[in-house]
Amino acid sequence: MNFKEEVQLLHGCIGQVGNLVVKLLWHLQHVMVSLWYFGIGMADSLESYCISKGLLRRYKSLHIGRLRYLAIVVESEDAHQTAKIIELLEWLAAVGVKQVCLYDTEGKNFLESHENDILLDQKNFTLEFASFSDGKEAVVKAANVLFMKYFKLSASCRNQEDQIFTEAQMTEALKAVGCIGLEPDLLLVYGPVRCHLGFPPWRLRYTEIIHMGPLKFMRYGSLRKAIYKFTMVRQNYGK
Amino acid sequence: MDGNRRYGKKQNLKEGAGHSAGYSALMSMLRYCYELGVRYVTIYAFSIDNFKRSSEEVQSLMDLLQEKIEGLIKEESIVNSYGVRVYFIGNLQLLSEPVRLAADRAMLATAKNSKAVLLVCIAYTSKNEIVHAVQEACEEKLDEVTEMYSSKDGYGLIRLGENEEGERDYLVKLVDIEKHMYMAVAPDPDIIIRTSGETRLSNFLLWQSAYCYLYSPSVLWPEIGFRHFLWAILNFQQNHFYLDKKRKQL
Repeated sequence: MNFKEEVQLLHGCIGQVGNLVVKLLWHLQHVMVSLWYFGIGMADSLESYCISKGLLRRYKSLHIGRLRYLAIVVESEDAHQTAKIIELLEWLAAVGVKQVCLYDTEGKNFLESHENDILLDQKNFTLEFASFSDGKEAVVKAANVLFMKYFKLSASCRNQEDQIFTEAQMTEALKAVGCIGLEPDLLLVYGPVRCHLGFPPWRLRYTEIIHMGPLKFMRYGSLRKAIYKFTMVRQNYGK
Repeated sequence: MDGNRRYGKKQNLKEGAGHSAGYSALMSMLRYCYELGVRYVTIYAFSIDNFKRSSEEVQSLMDLLQEKIEGLIKEESIVNSYGVRVYFIGNLQLLSEPVRLAADRAMLATAKNSKAVLLVCIAYTSKNEIVHAVQEACEEKLDEVTEMYSSKDGYGLIRLGENEEGERDYLVKLVDIEKHMYMAVAPDPDIIIRTSGETRLSNFLLWQSAYCYLYSPSVLWPEIGFRHFLWAILNFQQNHFYLDKKRKQL
């Protein structure tokens, strides 16, 4: 091997080692991020324990009147954990929430077949189910309702678009195809990531979205804290 | 880009200075994005809801927007140094003529840039975008249908009214609506950052954010810096595998 080839080989080796070092640093960085979140998780657990024991005065009373409609997003895989879901709903009922929407992407309406459930029999508690098909697919159905209106009116006279294609008409069309849902005030995401996983876009305009962590680690204290934080928010609605 | 007015109050600045500080923060953030190779950046500059503010504030924001849009097409601007194509996304008819014309000029001037894309949402709300897309899809479908059936002496038109067979037999389909969205020029975002600790989307990208990581740092927008950007990227990387898996499951 001549000198030039040896230098090239050396450069190649240095490059590979350099790449390896960068990759290792990247992984190390992410290990530190994970450790940070682990620490945050421990602190949250402790705080949640204190809240549920009533040790933190701030969270003792909640102005629940501000929370008219709450939505929960769960993973479709977690939707089978009926006991956990019912426990969560019982916590919400205990805190004073009256209207809840339970959303998972695939629409595994696990509770619909759940009979003899005291919670669901309670008069002041209404529970609605939603899935991904209540989002974009519902808008498609509503669009077809508006299309038929537009088509029928265009036969008589054109230029009706301003009256047919409005947000109010779209909301009416969505009701007509069975998507009556209100806009939730608060959305709690029980999953590994803060993401609404396709909750119906037409209903998410001003909804506060809070990430609660995975369902298996749900805590009553964290729920109270999330609702408390919601009640302290002041929205300007663009003003 | 939330927190400009709060920043202005905090620093005892005069009216509107918070927004100017916000603009400087935006330029820094865009630089970080394009240096790191982020190809599509969307910013929420002005919502249709913001027209509800006082006329003085709206006018001052419009003047600032016009000034900055005109600045974008200058030779030394960030869009030229990074080869950024600019789109103005929203119901531009709601804007005053000088701003609308400036936006049209900027879009034309940057049309040949292809390294990265900047989408500026102005006079935008998600609901308005959805309704507009539905309207365009319906108008297009009506033209298609009229053309298709006009040669069949009205027989087809009568049948159209009765066409309510299967649930899947829709004339206007999802793909028709999505191609008319203002945001159809870009893929769905991977991460949405809203500053000042606000946890709602406020009518921003509701349609496009199904599998998007939502990040809400408490920092006010004019105070955002590289460390916040880096933290956002690290968080996104931590969650990327999960969200990608979810997206593919659909």
